[in-house]
Amino acid sequence: MAPKLDPMVGRYVRTEIDGVPHRLYFEEAGQGIPLVCLHTAGADNRQYRHLLADPEITRRFRVLAFDLPWHGKSTPPDGWERGEYRLTTESYTAAIRAFCRAMELEKPVVMGCSIGGRIVLNLAIAHAAEFRALIALEAADFQQPWYDTSWLHRPDVHGGEVCAALISGLIAPQSPPVHRHETLWMYMQGGPGVFKGDLYFYRVDGDLREKVKAIDTKVCPLYLLTGEYDFSCTPDDTLLTARQIPGVEVQIMKEVGHFPMSENPARFREYILPVLAKIS
Amino acid sequence: MSPADRFAALPELLSGDSDLCRRGRWLSVDCRVDVGAEPFFLSIHDGALTALDRGPRLMRSTAFTIRATDEAWTRHWAAMPEPGWHDLFALTKRGAASLEGDLRPLLQNLQYFKDLLALPRQSAKGA
Repeated sequence: MAPKLDPMVGRYVRTEIDGVPHRLYFEEAGQGIPLVCLHTAGADNRQYRHLLADPEITRRFRVLAFDLPWHGKSTPPDGWERGEYRLTTESYTAAIRAFCRAMELEKPVVMGCSIGGRIVLNLAIAHAAEFRALIALEAADFQQPWYDTSWLHRPDVHGGEVCAALISGLIAPQSPPVHRHETLWMYMQGGPGVFKGDLYFYRVDGDLREKVKAIDTKVCPLYLLTGEYDFSCTPDDTLLTARQIPGVEVQIMKEVGHFPMSENPARFREYILPVLAKIS
Repeated sequence: MSPADRFAALPELLSGDSDLCRRGRWLSVDCRVDVGAEPFFLSIHDGALTALDRGPRLMRSTAFTIRATDEAWTRHWAAMPEPGWHDLFALTKRGAASLEGDLRPLLQNLQYFKDLLALPRQSAKGA
């Protein structure tokens, strides 16, 4: 009997980010318009495995989901042991652009979730002309913090378990248990301090209030989609952001939380297919 | 049935959930949960509830306290809770619940406590 293979293929690409050599892991499937997918804080590209295996999408899009440095199978840079990991607006933007350059992608679509959604807003602010379209999931220009991130990395609390337990409430109660627990499993596997380091961007460095007003959707279309059960980036946070951006398309997803593509792939598909159809 | 009455069924609800008891097996702590104005004192040993004392207890010492309004618990325990009422931190973020005291045992066993405090939802599902 022939092996049952998922359609995506994983590889590593070598590139420099801000002059520092990196080895980035990515998975890809499909052909056509490049669609680069950005995972949430403290997670990795596996969140997009259902999208990568969806023929309705991969017949029109070359879907590429990469692990940020320090995440998943991307190695941290040499010397990582000598400093504390902190993601910034600048370093995150540089990583995305470096990946797109290294893969020689021409005007890709970028879709990101959570911190990935926030950085998509920054791409729309600062680099819109480089992209065909931008999709921000669970994104807003600012969100009110709801816990103290110092609990995420300390020797007396298991980092993986506390990260997963904290974010578990961001998953909609309607999401299928198997997908809920797979989403949590990925959160249990992040490196020490990585989720906390990602949230530095979210909480401290990545406040885009006022800046989103500079977004010109005529240069690059922008789509915002947020799940109704996301109390980290609430629908109101997203709608407030959208009101400042003429031409943006915004949608609130019913019975969905903070991780649409991994917590409820079938429901997310209903929302993302029409967006991708518009883009293609 | 009042929210406090529903919470009072916690010992039976927990003893009926062997998986939750298993996940809490490293945990032994005394803590307090306020359901509206009514305090409950929980003694947890190796993940099992060895005592649930309802009502005020003079000078009872606990590691931490979780408080929420009657409305918050009622909506949290709906068979399918609405957005913004479905998680402990959704409640604290909206100001309908609070966490006080030494939060270390809570954070060390956070999923256990979230699931423990959601157990009264079962009575809504069965209703």
